[in-house]
Amino acid sequence: MRDFSYLRAGSLDEALRAAAMPATMLLAGGTTLLDLAKCGVSEPEQVVDIIHLKGLDAIRVDAEGAFIGALAKMSHVAADSAIKQQFPAVSESLWQAASAQIRNMATIGGNLLQRTRCAYFRDPATFPACNKRAPGSGCSALEGVNRGHAVLGGSDACIATYPGDLAVALVAFDAVVHLGKRKVAIDDFFLLPGATPHKEHAIKPGEMITAITIPASVAAKRSTYWKVRDRQSYEFAAASAAVGIEFEADGKTVKDLRVALGGVATKPWRARGVEDALKGKTLEPDTVKKASRLAVEGAIAHGANHYKIELAPRVVERAILKMGALA
Amino acid sequence: MTNQTTINLNINGQTQSLTVEPRVTLLDALRDHLELTGTKKGCDQGQCGACTVHVDGERVLSCLTLAAQVEGRKITTVEGLSGPGGELHPVQAAFLEHDAFQCGYCTPGQIMSAVACIREGHAGSDDEIREYMSGNLCRCGAYPHIVEAVREAAKVMP
Repeated sequence: MRDFSYLRAGSLDEALRAAAMPATMLLAGGTTLLDLAKCGVSEPEQVVDIIHLKGLDAIRVDAEGAFIGALAKMSHVAADSAIKQQFPAVSESLWQAASAQIRNMATIGGNLLQRTRCAYFRDPATFPACNKRAPGSGCSALEGVNRGHAVLGGSDACIATYPGDLAVALVAFDAVVHLGKRKVAIDDFFLLPGATPHKEHAIKPGEMITAITIPASVAAKRSTYWKVRDRQSYEFAAASAAVGIEFEADGKTVKDLRVALGGVATKPWRARGVEDALKGKTLEPDTVKKASRLAVEGAIAHGANHYKIELAPRVVERAILKMGALA
Repeated sequence: MTNQTTINLNINGQTQSLTVEPRVTLLDALRDHLELTGTKKGCDQGQCGACTVHVDGERVLSCLTLAAQVEGRKITTVEGLSGPGGELHPVQAAFLEHDAFQCGYCTPGQIMSAVACIREGHAGSDDEIREYMSGNLCRCGAYPHIVEAVREAAKVMP
């Protein structure tokens, strides 16, 4: 890890001023930044510690929805009783991510900004080429070991999977990212790689995530996060789905459905095709199976990751049936 | 070029002053600067849990924590677990009793994690113990005995 200077921000204004300076990175829980600094991926000259800032770790739930401060810890949000009750998919996405130790460190703002697990991205010494790290240098994953790479949202420049779980639940329930005074819908916050995979999100220099809000909804209250992975715990998703359902008064016709995918796309992936196919329908197993296939519409395999095209619809199907059965 | 900073850390109830580069992690500060080598360096990348310590009572990874970040916080390492007369913490005793290790390298991290796991209320069943201890890897594969030790310690821990 390269040496850097350390500044403990005394106020949000100080942190934001620092965030606008070149070669400066904000440090909160440290689980991404210090990891990537050790890999040689992140090389800040100045690190600005924001973890001590007061008033940015609130967790509030009311009739409008949830307000979660950027510095709230993953573990605290996962365990919050109101979050568990009103947004079960959010709590589940958090406690199924990382490890207990990491969840005690990592903040909600930092969680959204975690970087891909692409082995080529994380190993600059062995693989200098990476369009995400060094724009224009090439991509080793396209023709390489890409079992974990994205089948949705990729480009000729990058197929790195967005690794997070929380953001998948947030995309399903139309969360809003607060960048100080500016607010961005979460689906617009995350960018597709296109020709510029080094640009991953909508934050501008001098901005930082200060909070996220999630509007209350019946579908969010009746929701789950279903995660399938190579081992049962402490592993990134091979494929995952955040699903929420609201039924009509008859208790069986789908009024509102939210579906988002994780582990298979370059950004948290809203599957509106599945949602639209099932609204107004009842959840017959065959209908759900057929609709769930729409989750991977447009998917492109690159070899070893082709199984995700089969797996993701099954994960969606199981999550929808699980939620549908809880009448 | 020297880029050193002096920090005061509260470790196991004692304040210790040290002068380190800002990039020095809590793990390296403990081991290389304060001679507290109970906390182990496994992967040094946040994947194995060998470096687990408590900060303000919560388990965290000292390899992904800068020493400078925890100035003013209460840090507990495995050296700080035993009682004033040197009597073992119930989790330490349970690890001995249930033979919950082979080589022992991951053990301090396992024990620090287990103490927190029980305190959090996440030791209610073997499945829950496995889930909430998953951040601590044991390459000897002592997992069945570790689960046993945590389950039994949970019954006697205050």
